[in-house]
Amino acid sequence: MNIKEIRQDFPVLHQELYGKPLVYLDNAATTQKPQCVIDAVRHYYERDNSNIHRGVHTLSERATAAYEASRETIRGFFNAASTKEVIFTRGTTESINLIASSWGGQHIGKGDEILITHMEHHSNIVPWQMLCERTGAVLKVIPMNQAGELDMDAFTSLLSERTKLLGVVQMSNALGTINPIKTMIQQVHAVGALVLVDGAQAAAHMSVDVQALDIDFYVTSAHKMYGPTGVGVLIAKQALLEAMPPYQGGGDMILMVTFEKTQYNDLPHKFEAGTPNIAGVIGFGEAIRYIQGISLDKIVAREKVLLDYATQKAEAFDGLKQIGTAKEKACVLSFVMDGVHPHDLGTILDREAVAIRAGHHCAMPVMQFYKVPATARASFSIYNTEAEVDALFAALKKARDMFA
Amino acid sequence: MFSLGDLYQQVIIDHTKAPRNFGKLEPCNHDAEGYNPLCGDQLHVYLKINDEQIIEGISFEGQGCSISTASASLMTQALKGKTVTAFEQLFNAFHAMATADMDDKPDEEVLGKLAVLAGVKEFPSRIKCATLCWHTVKSAMDDAAEPARTE
Repeated sequence: MNIKEIRQDFPVLHQELYGKPLVYLDNAATTQKPQCVIDAVRHYYERDNSNIHRGVHTLSERATAAYEASRETIRGFFNAASTKEVIFTRGTTESINLIASSWGGQHIGKGDEILITHMEHHSNIVPWQMLCERTGAVLKVIPMNQAGELDMDAFTSLLSERTKLLGVVQMSNALGTINPIKTMIQQVHAVGALVLVDGAQAAAHMSVDVQALDIDFYVTSAHKMYGPTGVGVLIAKQALLEAMPPYQGGGDMILMVTFEKTQYNDLPHKFEAGTPNIAGVIGFGEAIRYIQGISLDKIVAREKVLLDYATQKAEAFDGLKQIGTAKEKACVLSFVMDGVHPHDLGTILDREAVAIRAGHHCAMPVMQFYKVPATARASFSIYNTEAEVDALFAALKKARDMFA
Repeated sequence: MFSLGDLYQQVIIDHTKAPRNFGKLEPCNHDAEGYNPLCGDQLHVYLKINDEQIIEGISFEGQGCSISTASASLMTQALKGKTVTAFEQLFNAFHAMATADMDDKPDEEVLGKLAVLAGVKEFPSRIKCATLCWHTVKSAMDDAAEPARTE
């Protein structure tokens, strides 16, 4: 794999900030977009723009074909059984809200338990809290240890016949931890409950086979895997989706509407009310093809080398404390530094053209666990280099000296 | 262009490392919590305002970045002994400075030492760090039920 060539695919990387070359290390927030994705979106607007699933004219047929081709690409990438199981949404957050509202509204009642983990993103906490408030169900949280790994014994003891759903993040955006979802799914299924896997952070960094893992609900976002913002996916078992009521009503999700009664459309359209983000979905498909073109396996191997390099530097850096040191982790280096608040680090690094995230990473309970108000987070992607990691640590040294 | 040194002046670094008037004020007759959800900056301001509407005592505690800590520290120094009316004037002047156009010079006559924070206007994501403490004092004076926010 030639990183130099890969970098050529990402136009945004080739710029200077404050006279220094941009070092983009905020990939856990969103990744940059390769030219092919930008071109696919642009091509749609320049050549094919029209609404889908309704026009008989040529442009509409072209747009529909491109939109549905993305669905097939995404089905293949995650190995869903059928394109009926691939529902486009605005992103991971909407996908989870869809499940909480539609499936949760139907299946969750007073005294039922929904299990999540201590390292969930707010988007996999709040929808369940809202559901619990509506229904009288109980939210239970699987604890974690200081390394940022789930306490699997505690997990086992939290499971019971009251458990109805486990919502678990596959890879933590705040810590980088990769959770053992395979065993967790088996255990949850053994008590008759379902599993929602939040793949927002993981999808670009590790392979997922929803059938092999027997995942009931899988959700992710395009923009963290080189695709456009504002589009994501819910992949769920067809039988579950068939039994669930629609999430939103409107155009495209119906077969027949009269004032007396509406007959809903078949899957996947039942859950795609209204004109969707057509350009976004087309860009999403192109982003997946881009990943496939490089090969996800090679990406995983390369990113591990880079994280190891960064971790070694972090360990050798005086005054830096890593937050999240799980044995199984990827692409995220979250840390705090003695005497320098993460937000000051963010500002100082920005002036060195190094883009990192400082804050709670939409995972405030993780911050509460480590008793820190925020962390600084450098997160890596396929186009990052060892030289950029060096630039990060040079900038950190500058920050440390400033407050010394 | 403002440089980092314009933001992180030595005065700010000093106040970050050794914040003045830090800790709980006892007794106090007004206090409030301030919170910046974006950053996680959290501070608590304590006031003792006498019958003549003079700020006799002021202190703060909490955790935040250097800009919010130094700003709160400098603010407590500036407000001690001032009237409530003078606070309003200073708050307005400070807010104007933090959100002014690049070329506008801070009103050093009114602001005094607080003018060292003028650099934040070049760093839009940090303006709220500097103004949080002022909003919190306002909340304390108003005895607001909700924590102060910078919105």
